[in-house]
Amino acid sequence: MSGLKYTKEHEWIRVEGGVGTVGITPFAQEQLGDVVFVELPEVGRKAEQGKEIAVVESVKAASEIYAPVTGEVVEVNRGLPDTPATVNSDPLGNGWFFKIRLADAGQLAKLMDEAAYKSFCEGLH
Amino acid sequence: MRYLPLTEVERRAMLARIGAPSIESLYRDVPEFARLPGPVDLPPHQGELGVEREIGALAAKNMGSAAVPSFLGAGAYRHHVPAAVDHLIQRGEFLTSYTPYQPEITQGTLQYLFEFQTRVCLITAMEVANASMYDGATATAEAVMMANRVTRRKRAVLSGNLHPHYREVTATHARFLDFHLELGAPDPVGAEDLISRIDADTSCVVVQNPDFFGNLRDWRALGEACHKAGALLVVVVTEPVSLGLVEPPGAMGADIVTAEGQPIGNALSFGGPYVGLFAAQEKYVRQMPGRLVGETSDADGKRGWVLTLSTREQHIRREKATSNICTNSGLCALAFTIHLTLLGEAGFTRLAEINHRAAVGLAERLDALPGCRIVNGSFFNEFTLALPMPAADAVEALARRRILAGVPVSRLHPNRPEFANLLLVAVTEYASEADQDALVAGLKETVHG
Amino acid sequence: MVDQPPQHTFTGNRGLVIEEPLIFEQDMAGRTGVDLPEPAKGKDRLGGLRRKAAIGLPGLAEPQVVRHYTRLSQKNYAIDMGIYPLGSCTMKHNPRLNEKMARLPGLGDLHPMQPISTVQGALELIDHLAHWLKTLTGMPAVAMSPGAGAHGELCGVMAIRAALDHRGEKRHRILVPESAHGTNPATAAACGFEVEPIPADHRGRVDFAAMQAKLGPDVAGIMITNPNTCGLFENDFARIAEAVHRAGGFVYGDGANFNAIVGRVRPGDLGVDCMHINLHKTFSTPHGGGGPGSGPVVLSAALAPFAPIPYVVHGAEGFRLVEHDDGGLSFGRLKGFHGQMGMFIRALAYMLSHGADGLRQASGDAVLNANYLMASLADEITPAFDGPCMHEALFDDRFLKDTGVTTLDFAKAMIDEGFHPMTMYFPLVVHGALLMEPTETESKDSLDQFIGALRDLARRAKSGEAAAFHEAPRLAPRRRLDETTAARRPVLRWHPGNAQGRAAE
Repeated sequence: MSGLKYTKEHEWIRVEGGVGTVGITPFAQEQLGDVVFVELPEVGRKAEQGKEIAVVESVKAASEIYAPVTGEVVEVNRGLPDTPATVNSDPLGNGWFFKIRLADAGQLAKLMDEAAYKSFCEGLH
Repeated sequence: MRYLPLTEVERRAMLARIGAPSIESLYRDVPEFARLPGPVDLPPHQGELGVEREIGALAAKNMGSAAVPSFLGAGAYRHHVPAAVDHLIQRGEFLTSYTPYQPEITQGTLQYLFEFQTRVCLITAMEVANASMYDGATATAEAVMMANRVTRRKRAVLSGNLHPHYREVTATHARFLDFHLELGAPDPVGAEDLISRIDADTSCVVVQNPDFFGNLRDWRALGEACHKAGALLVVVVTEPVSLGLVEPPGAMGADIVTAEGQPIGNALSFGGPYVGLFAAQEKYVRQMPGRLVGETSDADGKRGWVLTLSTREQHIRREKATSNICTNSGLCALAFTIHLTLLGEAGFTRLAEINHRAAVGLAERLDALPGCRIVNGSFFNEFTLALPMPAADAVEALARRRILAGVPVSRLHPNRPEFANLLLVAVTEYASEADQDALVAGLKETVHG
Repeated sequence: MVDQPPQHTFTGNRGLVIEEPLIFEQDMAGRTGVDLPEPAKGKDRLGGLRRKAAIGLPGLAEPQVVRHYTRLSQKNYAIDMGIYPLGSCTMKHNPRLNEKMARLPGLGDLHPMQPISTVQGALELIDHLAHWLKTLTGMPAVAMSPGAGAHGELCGVMAIRAALDHRGEKRHRILVPESAHGTNPATAAACGFEVEPIPADHRGRVDFAAMQAKLGPDVAGIMITNPNTCGLFENDFARIAEAVHRAGGFVYGDGANFNAIVGRVRPGDLGVDCMHINLHKTFSTPHGGGGPGSGPVVLSAALAPFAPIPYVVHGAEGFRLVEHDDGGLSFGRLKGFHGQMGMFIRALAYMLSHGADGLRQASGDAVLNANYLMASLADEITPAFDGPCMHEALFDDRFLKDTGVTTLDFAKAMIDEGFHPMTMYFPLVVHGALLMEPTETESKDSLDQFIGALRDLARRAKSGEAAAFHEAPRLAPRRRLDETTAARRPVLRWHPGNAQGRAAE
């Protein structure tokens, strides 16, 4: 999957035309187990890189989603709260959380590419 | 020691397998200076009989409310509890079971808690209820904190006629969590204006029904005003038997309801353990404190129950939990639910009616005593009586005649001299004709003695 | 001869395991389990607020009610039935004398607002229990009103915050070891503090150097469980306390595991400023399926002035109850009325029964039983740490490596052997933790059977029977329940099939 950038908190972001789509990685959904609840930010919310912006929960764990970049939330995956299982079945596709308009594209440079993220996850085992 | 099964022979054999010379040696991680060489300075063990004598002697120094005419309320009420209740809650499978974290072998606890949650919803006319809190006062403080989370506001308005303990407990939390309370002044006739205190920063308004002085209030207009301002209405019930006769909080627009469950199924026990009821509208469920039981099915497709939405709780969410509560009042909730089961719709509504009729009858008699006056317009089973003398003195005088006449308002509002002569009188089905006669005669002589 | 038990029964019952519908499904309008007289007639004084809609409570007669709850009870595991090895939860025998004492006339029927002159025995009882708690902990004061352990934590941390406020100090961080119960960080947050986690070292104790590095002028104190949740005594406790005190902070002792050391070690000698005591863990009050509890908090001289109201004082004219603290230093009220009196009575009955000698023996036997368990399992189930444990034995899941069996599977298989599982996946500092606490009220025979069953399960797991473990339990009233669906689509109450029950909404 090219073009994706990753955080140490296991979010991914795909940027197209200054807007990034954000979700959690396959590794993260596997660690969580069956996702039962997601809480999305309101459209228009100003997000700051590394700060809490959404929540994802399984039966036995709750995890904050941190904004991978600073910017404004421009769209959320409205259907997701009703079908949280999508986060498990299609984390990189239909299981996306929200879209954010980047304030500073330069922040992407601080994130990991796929190879770096892969070796980061292997180091966690 | 009758509770310790190990014999000396067994202890030696076990130490041999461990490879340790003595029990003391197992404490080798404790620094030498902190190890006590022998028993602390307290009496040695004794048999059942000795313990019974010692605690029995302490009990004998008290005047149990069951032994005398009693009209005590103010947030704790003695109702007749059918014999089956205490028998069933003492079954070892309920009494000595742990929190139902292993649902395969705790369906009994889980099912009764699910039934308890449903009952709390039914009597309050609310959508969801949790599996209990410590008591009504702590439940109320939790309700205010929940309203703060839901509205993201930090200013709560508390009625002056909320039970003083409930106000004080909430104030304690406000001090440490840095939210603001606006406290109304207590008003025995229950005419305070709360709507004018609501503004854009108000997270909730907390009222009680019947209120501390016994007045019944219609909170519908207040509920509408709250909702218009984006605030929540929290309604507190300290005498849940009233819900058998009185319009429930859910019908008045309550967003959260808290209540003291003790009066149904539970002993007075000098103030605890009691059981806090906590109900809310379903849209707020993820901000609720405490445990929740939900329905599901097992691997064979059979219906069953589990603890659910646990990510709100401390054992998962730690410092981000909605509350730090862990142990609640499970067995008291069971007593509550068994008592309500025995009553059923017919018994519960009749019990409430009996209480109210008895209170109306006694209020009329007391109101007719020279110098005495009932303050309230409306009430359920408790009302405020104005005496021509300090109520605390009257209560002491009547206690010497072995009558527990009521709770002086000054016991809970000591800094308000204008309330010195006010007495809270509660009347339950326990107050026989003879008991009521004794109170009327005793008060008559006391206030004119 | 028929080898297999029947797969199907008409009723769905399986011998003594009887299916029981919800109480609401057994309703018959007008039926009741009580006989109440006809209420008097006359005008009401309800101010026009008479209830309009029906409530929807089910109607049953007494025999049906007794049968319903008896059947429900039979779906529960209980300490009365067998060993309950939940580490850190301390499920010990609950003496029935305690129950009898709590129900005595003159105690069970005391109203909390009776005149003080009529409750002298009750106040004396509270004072007496307070004396035992203070003596056993070596502390000068105790706050009796907290409603459970977590409530006691609130009490202690509020006292710390009040003392700091009184000194005019703003300290906003509290140190909490990673192995702590979830209530510790939740409590600190509920008192307005930020939580600073402290790692464990390789011995399962607080990493002293890491702790010391976090100390500073903004640290209010530390919350520390001793013995800790790994079942180990914190050897450095006194040093930790000294360092925290030197930095101007307070030491909160979580007394959840006090039962390991009661009568042998006084937390006051180790430097704690406050510690809650779960009366059900150390002093045998029943757990009741999740409460009620009681969590008195012992306090040092530095914190005692900030104790919550109410409290009992003994004067020339007998006992008094201080319910208001105008202008005093008390941080306020934490609970309605005066505390969990019913639990006080039970705990005192237990203490008087054991006496100072018996309590010392009880903690010793608890530690002996846990070490016996550890020694008897160590070659099959991997202990998490070396050396003797205190009252609970902690294992990790290394012994299950590559078996395809998880800690959860192993625990569920214990159910089929007739045991309640141990505590799993806690403390968080150990991978796949299995925490077992036998308590002092377990006999050697009972432990030997438990040990035999666990050894057998471990061998079966290692010999490739993973599939059977995944299926477990098969013999319990229910098999594994679908918690995912329960959380995705919460059904938190019964609803009638028609709209009648919703009328009031």
